[in-house]
Amino acid sequence: MMTGKTGHGVTLVRMDMVGTSVQADSDQVETLLGFYKSMVRIRFFEEAVETAILAGRMPGFCHLSIGQEAVPVGVSAALRPGDYVASNHRGHGHALAMGCDPKAMMAELFGRSAGLSGGRGGSMHMADVSKGFLGTDGIVGASLPLACGAALSALLRDSEQVAIAFLGDGASDIGTFSESLNLASLWLLPVVFVVENNLYSEGTSQVRHQRVDDIAERAAGYGLPSAVVDGMDVSAVATAAISAADRSRKHLGPSLVECKTYRYRGHYVGEPEGYRTAAEVEQYRELDPLQSLKRRLIAGHGVTEQVLGTIEADVRAEIDGAVAYGAAGMPPDPGEIERFTYV
Amino acid sequence: METDDRVIVLGEDVGPYGGVFGATRGLHERFGERRVLDTPISETTFVGAAVGAAMCGFRPVVELMFADFVGFGFNPLVNQAAKAHYMFGGQVTVPLVVRTAIGAGLRAGPQHSQMMYSLFAHVPGLKTVAPATPYEAKGLIMSAIEDGGPVVFCEHKALYADRGDVPEPPYKIQIGSANVVREGTDVTVVAACQMLKRALTAAEALEASGISLEIINPRTIFPLDTSLILESVAKTRHLVVVDEDNAFCGFGSEVVSTVTREAFGALAAGPVLVTPPHTPVPFSPVLEDTYLPGSDAIAQAARHVLESA
Repeated sequence: MMTGKTGHGVTLVRMDMVGTSVQADSDQVETLLGFYKSMVRIRFFEEAVETAILAGRMPGFCHLSIGQEAVPVGVSAALRPGDYVASNHRGHGHALAMGCDPKAMMAELFGRSAGLSGGRGGSMHMADVSKGFLGTDGIVGASLPLACGAALSALLRDSEQVAIAFLGDGASDIGTFSESLNLASLWLLPVVFVVENNLYSEGTSQVRHQRVDDIAERAAGYGLPSAVVDGMDVSAVATAAISAADRSRKHLGPSLVECKTYRYRGHYVGEPEGYRTAAEVEQYRELDPLQSLKRRLIAGHGVTEQVLGTIEADVRAEIDGAVAYGAAGMPPDPGEIERFTYV
Repeated sequence: METDDRVIVLGEDVGPYGGVFGATRGLHERFGERRVLDTPISETTFVGAAVGAAMCGFRPVVELMFADFVGFGFNPLVNQAAKAHYMFGGQVTVPLVVRTAIGAGLRAGPQHSQMMYSLFAHVPGLKTVAPATPYEAKGLIMSAIEDGGPVVFCEHKALYADRGDVPEPPYKIQIGSANVVREGTDVTVVAACQMLKRALTAAEALEASGISLEIINPRTIFPLDTSLILESVAKTRHLVVVDEDNAFCGFGSEVVSTVTREAFGALAAGPVLVTPPHTPVPFSPVLEDTYLPGSDAIAQAARHVLESA
């Protein structure tokens, strides 16, 4: 479908990792229904955020990952309790896939005291450390060193914990990408670098910000195995992530999984998006991870529209509840502005 | 490291090499490969990884070889370490120590000589300490490691060769506590690190002229022990601040500003600030010696503040 240098045109799954015999149970219908619900949750959550921002009801600005849902959900299939995730500026999906509470997240986005960060963080600074979610992050490329450190902690504890760093194609150009791959490789850190290559570094297309098509090629230069997967296919992402995490759990070191994906919205909510055509966005919508999984479930697994409709209705109610909770929450006490500055 | 397994050391050449200034000598041999980690030259990543490890239960002590290199390590320090506790609503702490070599006088040139501590102290969420003696170095590093948040530990290069009594048993000096190094009656002089020695030399020189300096060593740049300084100024009514960092938006200016705001009425004369010129640190010995405030300049400042009263 998409060929040449202007799009991914890649559905190739190349695995040069050790231990790729590990198969995800990602073809089981229960697993797929779980994936579907998680992806719908992210989609509905972010659509609600977009609506609230455009209506002027939610402060600040944020970056939506609508279209990319298969990546965090697929990766979450590889995670166990105790694992760590370091996220980036486009991180609502990562947080939700890690099990962060949509109500607390929404409250944070509304700047409420009941928010995940007590109203001090907002979209790009929300964490739930109790779930191993080390935070969304407003600094491009910051997730890699943090995940390396989390992985170092796991290594020094001799645990089987794994750390995930989510990053975009843009972040693969920043210094921490090279430094972190080198460090992780050198120390055999149990970390998986998950590149969400959505073809745009903010408003600059991949061909205008780097010479390679597959960012995964860069991993070899640091001695890391890598995989390139179709990031619009949640099962493909899950399979690759499980292999990668499994490798780390066996103390075989880090790896990189590049997920070819796409975001339907602009870099931030309300962005003019002059750098791409509506036709291009429509092309990728044909590959929509939710719709394609839906078709698979119906055609391949005999799941009814009704079952999927119930899932959607449940999630809709959950997100509506989260929006109501967040919108109605109390703002933080201005008298507590200095709280949490120093331990 | 003996009493807390969570304490790990990482940085460039901190392992068998023992650190370029010898500060980690013997640690690798004693605590092993897993607790004393040589890193590639990649400050952004190893400071960032230390932040990550700190968030996940460890107490990393990072060596940032020269404070001048902090450009590379500044992002994880400013945007992660300093802010994580706050921006995540108190969920997580970052018990991290970044040790770094500061200061001029070793003919190390513009990129290996800057003080930088004012820059660290400016960032909410970071504590910045700067010992002046071997005794303080031990007491403050113990406190820094046990502190729950990120601490930048500034070690002046010109003081590495100093010798002094250091008790063998563990002890701590509280972060945020200054001390009176020399009691006096006429002028309060605040001076840190290398400048403390020069202020003491100035005090000895002035003694013959009947001028008595009270010398305060801040030991911690932030949080600053303002009450001790204000107490002293209330007694002497004169203030000279000596700072090896640049004056503009600097630590010395902050001390002058604080005293002026908090104790204007106690001052018999305008405070005097002694600093290097607003330039990079020059290499040539003649220029570097001109750059650094000497004891003569400090003595002259003390005389000036008394005469202008």
